[in-house]
Amino acid sequence: MSNLPLQDVDVHIPGEPEGSARVPSADRAGKGVINLVHLYPREMSIYGDLGNTRCLAARIRRHGYSPVVHQHHPGAQFPAEPHLLVGGGGQDSGQVRVEADLEHIGDRLRELAEGGTPMLMICGMYQLFGNAFITVEGQRLPGLGILDVTTQGNAKRMIGPVVLDTEFGEVVGYENHSGSTTLGAGQAPFGTVRAGFGNNGSDRTEGARMNNVVGSYLHGPILPANPALADALIALAAEKATGRPFEPVSQDDAVADQARMRQVRRLVK
Amino acid sequence: MLRTTAAVVAGKAARAASRLRGGGSALPGLVAEKVDPGFLSHALADVPRGIVVVSGTNGKTTTTKMLVAVLRGHGLGVFTNPTGSNFTRGVISSMLGELPMGGRLKADMAVLELDEAHALKFAAAVRPTHALLLNVARDQLDRFAEIDHTAQLLASLAEQTTTGVVLNIDDSFISRIRDRVADGVAVRYFGVDASIADRLPEIQEQDVRFDDDFVPPKPGADDGLLKPSDERTFEVLFGEPGSGQHVGPLELQQRGLAAMINATAATTAARMLLGDEFDAARAEAALRAVTPPFGRGEVVMVDGQPLELVLVKNPAGFTVALGTYGSTPVSTMIAINDNYADGRDVSWLYDVSFESLREQGVAMTSGVRAYDMALRLQYDDVSVDAIEPDLEEALDAFLAAHHGQPMRIFCTYTAMMSLRRVLAARYDLPDIGEEAS
Ligand SMILES: [Zn+2]
Repeated sequence: MSNLPLQDVDVHIPGEPEGSARVPSADRAGKGVINLVHLYPREMSIYGDLGNTRCLAARIRRHGYSPVVHQHHPGAQFPAEPHLLVGGGGQDSGQVRVEADLEHIGDRLRELAEGGTPMLMICGMYQLFGNAFITVEGQRLPGLGILDVTTQGNAKRMIGPVVLDTEFGEVVGYENHSGSTTLGAGQAPFGTVRAGFGNNGSDRTEGARMNNVVGSYLHGPILPANPALADALIALAAEKATGRPFEPVSQDDAVADQARMRQVRRLVK
Repeated sequence: MLRTTAAVVAGKAARAASRLRGGGSALPGLVAEKVDPGFLSHALADVPRGIVVVSGTNGKTTTTKMLVAVLRGHGLGVFTNPTGSNFTRGVISSMLGELPMGGRLKADMAVLELDEAHALKFAAAVRPTHALLLNVARDQLDRFAEIDHTAQLLASLAEQTTTGVVLNIDDSFISRIRDRVADGVAVRYFGVDASIADRLPEIQEQDVRFDDDFVPPKPGADDGLLKPSDERTFEVLFGEPGSGQHVGPLELQQRGLAAMINATAATTAARMLLGDEFDAARAEAALRAVTPPFGRGEVVMVDGQPLELVLVKNPAGFTVALGTYGSTPVSTMIAINDNYADGRDVSWLYDVSFESLREQGVAMTSGVRAYDMALRLQYDDVSVDAIEPDLEEALDAFLAAHHGQPMRIFCTYTAMMSLRRVLAARYDLPDIGEEAS
């Protein structure tokens, strides 16, 4: 795969204009260029997770910055200066295909995480960012260890709509995972479950947050209906990219707010 | 035997009762199944020329309807489950209307549309003689957690098929099932001609296992390939162009590439089932006469203007629907529900590109997830005039605002059922349960 030209392996991100992987010239960069990296979009973005990348790129533009959307594929050179990383869920076959590459770029990812680079890892990639995944048969598959979480494979799937309380406000989404995740002693969750299963269906935690790395099981995709989370990630990325504080443009999120509030009202009794 | 007769009587009574109420089509089947678990195998025991199961993610209803039409066009008596209730109980339900009290169906052949999971359940009760397997795509992920899993279900179905299997040569999830059929079971393929192979990505799921050593099969003389001559007219070619048999050129009543592929699948299967009896002219005549199944581009005349109802249920299907219908400018409404039958996770809307609607815009989004749909469209820079979650109110507003213009509604399954109920009360449209005969 690695000897193919990049455009042949890149996947189409619905809505993203052509050339969004190109760095704009200085006069078209606006407030600055933000390098957005989607890890393994082909293998790890089932259930609409590409929508997170689309949402971030669109909102980066609306805030007056220029997104450059890099797709990182297994075996490819890792982008030089990432400011914001996203990853999604995959099937088992997809997960197997990325493991070797993830090990290869693991040190770089750990270094970026420690340096405060914002990352959003959903479902399968959330699990891979943890310490380990223990299969139903008891086999221990090591993860990156960026998030202090451990996932136990499960015969039963946790599926359904979710409402969380988070530091970004109420967050809605849809979970679909068979792994049951437990947080390490000092590990903060991403949110508290108000409706749904969350990490394991028993301790009411959902996801994990360490530095600026957010792991979560929420598809939906999570960002469009929860713009506060999207903008928090963008703010951190903008600071990384420009060295200046984030300069937001106020957004009309009325439709997103309705979409979210209606789910909260339906699901929280 | 007595037990079966009791089951038929009980089931028929439940069927009559649920018809009076206008209720769900699976209930009578549930009654009959409770009384006699062996009901299905008994009822189908005297169907001499085969029990054909049609399965896959997209196009089951259309393909089944076409296959039945071609077989009937050759004079065969065919039992089918026309209501789109493609679960085992739904099959029993539709059977009850045609069963004599002895409980054995009088038909030459049975052609049954079953979804992937229920096809396996069915096969556990009755082994199909033939299976026609269409495609694998992400759909209702609550039920089939993974595409790989769905593909496995279809492979198991093929393993249990006794006589012949027809596979989609262009969908590697399906074509690799050839390695799973039992010895002596014939394998045929349908697919598209090389001249339009470049259009496959727009209608088909990406296979991520691209580095294994699977070698796709090569089409032979009994495998049907679709060769369109324009957007509406096509032929199905068997063997080398010019040398082999062909069906067509012909034009379907249903538009689009997906319908042509369904017709190719049906023709290939009919040719296998009929053998020497197969007659191209009869097949053509039958295919030309097939009307679109409800919700697959069905047209309701509203005050002299066509209103099209288009069922959407997964990314591949919605993308095909937009490609088929999106180009002609009409007033558009999109209705998204998230009940079990719709798929409870609406994430899939982000795997569909709505750019083809950008120029015209969308007049209305509706359904339980009306705001999520509008939000999705915002991210593709498609304008939305109005958002109204209540389906009936949305329909009224949509019809009023676009009076005298052609209209189209893309809708998920339960949204379509609700809209159809409202439309049926006001305009002339066939009852869903009756429409296939
Ligand atoms: Zn998931």
